[in-house]
Amino acid sequence: MTNEKILNSNDDKWDSNITPSNKLLDLNIKELWQYRDLLFLFVKKDIITVYKQTILGPIWFIIQPILTTFVFVILFSKMAGFDTGNVPPFLFYMISITLWSYFADTLNITSKTFTDNANIFGKVYFPRLILPLSKVFSGFIKFLIQFAFFMAFWLYYTLIDKSVVSNWYILITPFLLLIMVTLGLGFGILITSLTTKYRDLTFLITFGVQLLMYGTPVAYSLTDTKVEKYKNILLLNPLTSIFEAFKFAFFGRGEFNLFWLSYSVIFTLLLLIIGIIVFKNVEKRFIDVV
Amino acid sequence: MSREVIKVEHISKLYRLGQVGTGTLSHDLKRWWAVVRGKEDPFLKVGVENDRTSKKASDYAWALKDINFNINQGDTFGIIGKNGAGKSTLLKILSKVTSPTEGIIKVRGRIASLLEVGTGFHPELTGKENIYMNGAILGMTKKEIDRKFDEIVDFSGVALYVNTPVKRYSSGMYVRLAFAVAAHLEPEILIVDEVLAVGDAEFQKKCLGKMGDVASHGRTIIFVSHNMQAVQSLCKTALYLKAGQIADIGTTESVINTYMSREIRNCYSQKWDFENAPGNELAKIISAEVIPYFKDDVNIIDTSTAFDLKFEFYNAVQNQIINLSLLFYSSAGNCIFNVGTGMKTLDKGMHTGILKIPGKFLNDNIYTITLMIVKEGSSALFYLEDILTFEVVDEPRTSAWYGKWEGAVRPTLFEFELK
Repeated sequence: MTNEKILNSNDDKWDSNITPSNKLLDLNIKELWQYRDLLFLFVKKDIITVYKQTILGPIWFIIQPILTTFVFVILFSKMAGFDTGNVPPFLFYMISITLWSYFADTLNITSKTFTDNANIFGKVYFPRLILPLSKVFSGFIKFLIQFAFFMAFWLYYTLIDKSVVSNWYILITPFLLLIMVTLGLGFGILITSLTTKYRDLTFLITFGVQLLMYGTPVAYSLTDTKVEKYKNILLLNPLTSIFEAFKFAFFGRGEFNLFWLSYSVIFTLLLLIIGIIVFKNVEKRFIDVV
Repeated sequence: MSREVIKVEHISKLYRLGQVGTGTLSHDLKRWWAVVRGKEDPFLKVGVENDRTSKKASDYAWALKDINFNINQGDTFGIIGKNGAGKSTLLKILSKVTSPTEGIIKVRGRIASLLEVGTGFHPELTGKENIYMNGAILGMTKKEIDRKFDEIVDFSGVALYVNTPVKRYSSGMYVRLAFAVAAHLEPEILIVDEVLAVGDAEFQKKCLGKMGDVASHGRTIIFVSHNMQAVQSLCKTALYLKAGQIADIGTTESVINTYMSREIRNCYSQKWDFENAPGNELAKIISAEVIPYFKDDVNIIDTSTAFDLKFEFYNAVQNQIINLSLLFYSSAGNCIFNVGTGMKTLDKGMHTGILKIPGKFLNDNIYTITLMIVKEGSSALFYLEDILTFEVVDEPRTSAWYGKWEGAVRPTLFEFELK
C-alpha cells in the first residue's frame, strides 16, 4: 500500500511541486503513462457516444466516406476530368478521403481542446494532453474501419481485377499515417492554445481546413498533367508528399519523393515540439482567461 | 505523526480585472517588451489587494497574496472565508487547475480534488461506464475502479440502474452515483469543496462518515467551505482567508472565532443625542441595543443564546396611548415575525421597551429589526428600519448532519415526544 511507503520514507523529498511555470519542454511522459486508463476511457466514450440513439450506428463511419467518394468521383473525375490513370476513380478517391478525414477530424477536434473542455479543466486536474491524444486514437479507430472497407475494394482490384499494381512501399504507410496525424495533432494543439486568448482563430480554422484540402492532393494527383506546373508550390504543404506516397504505395501512381517526405517529417516534428511547448504553457493558466 | 505533506510557500495569484480577452495582445506585447529589455513586468507592479469593497485602482488584482502554511499528514484542514476571499483560487491552485503567479507548493503524495461531483459524466453513458469515466478523471486507475466497483454501486444505491444511461436518472440518483465515485477515491491528499452539501440528510451522513474513515486512515483532507458548522465538525485545524491573505491559522475553534468577530457586521447598538435622535414631534428614538446572555467565554450569538432587545424612546405627549412593535426580517428580506407590547398610557418623558428572546428559538440567520412606535394600537407615530442587525449562527450540533436547518425559526418550546 502506498500509504505505508509514505510513512516509512520520512526523508525530505517532495513528490511534486506546483510552480508558476514549467520548464520549456516538460512532457512528463511518466505522468501521461499513469493516466493511460483515462486515455482509453476517453477513446471508448468517443466511440460509443457518437452514434448512440441512431439506427445505423457505426455504419455511419462507412456511409460518410462512401457518399463523399461518390460525390468526388462525379465532381472531379467525371466533370473536372482529373486523371486517375489505371486506378479506378472510386478507389483513388476513397483512400484520399479516408486519409483526409482522419487528418481533418484530428485537426478540427484537437484545435478545440481547451474551449470544448473548459468545464472539466476547470474542475479537475489530469495531464491535459490526454484529451487531444485520445482524439487521435478514437479517430484512428474510425480510420481503421474506413480503411478496412477500402482494403476490401483494393484487394479486389489488385488480386482479382489486377488493374491496380502496388509495391513494397506499402510497408511504410503506417509511418506515413503517423506523420500525417502528428501533423494534425501538432496544428491542433497549437491552435487551441492560441485560441484561448485570441478567439479570432476559431473562425479561421474551420474555413482554413476546407481550403487546405484543395491544396492537398486529395481530389487529384501530382502526376496529373493539369497539376504538374503547380507541383512545387503544392509540395510546400507537408501533407502533399505524404498523400502522394500513400497513393504511390497502393496504386503505383503518384510520387515517392524522399526529399519532400523528409521535409514533411522535419516540419511535423518542429510543429509538434512548438505545439507542445505552447500547449503546456497555456494549460497552466488558461482557466483564468476562458 | 507530524510529517508535512503540503508546504505552501509565498503563493500569490494575480488576476486581470475587467473583460479578459480584449486588449490583451497589446498588454502582452508591452509585457514582452519589458521583459526583453530586462525590466520588471509593468503590469505586475500596479496590483492591488483583493478588496471588493474598494473601487478598483488597477487592471490587476491579487486574488491571493503571499500565502504560507503547512499541512501535516492525517490532518483535516479547513479553509474558510467569505465569498471572494480567495478560497476557490487557493483550491484551484492546490488542485493544479490553475497555476500560481508566484511561489511554490511542495506536495508529498497524490492529490485528488473534488471541486464538483460528477465531473466528466456523460449523459449518454450508462451508470457503469460513468463510474469508470469519472473515476479515471479523478485519478483512479482502471484496476482500482474494478476493485471498488461493487462498493461504489452499493454506496450509491442505484444498483438496479447501473446499465441505464445516466440521462434517465433522477437528479438525486445522478448526484448519489457521482458522489459514490468520489467517496471511494483513495488519494493521500483529498481536496474537497462544498460539494458535500448535496443530497438528502441520510446521504450526507453517509458521506461524512466516509470522509471520517478516509481521515482516520492517515490521509489528509483539505476542506473548503463557508459553512462554519461543517468545518467545525470535520476539521482539526483551519485557515481563515480574508482579501487574499491569511487572517488567521490554527485550531478550528480559534480560527472560527476570529472569523466570526471579523466578518459579521453586526449593529448591536445605536445611540443618539436627543437633538439628533430620529423621530418627530410626537416621539423620538434614543437608543437601541442587543444584550446577549453569553455562556462561558464564547461571544457569538448562536441559536442557543438568549438575548434582550432594549429600546429607549422619548414620548413627547402627556398621556399618549402607545405600544411598541418589532418586526424581525431575515437576510432574504422576509418578515419572520412581528411582536408588540401591550398598549399603555405613558407620561411625557423617557421610556424603555425590552423584548426577551429565549435561546433555541431563532434559526441561524442575519436578522434586521424594524421598530415601530404605535399610537392607540392603530397608527404608527414613528418607525425606524434597520435599527439593529445581528447574526445568529448555528450552534454546535451533536449529529453528524450539518446541512442547513430549514425554517424561519427553530423553536424547541413544543413538546415533541419520542416513545
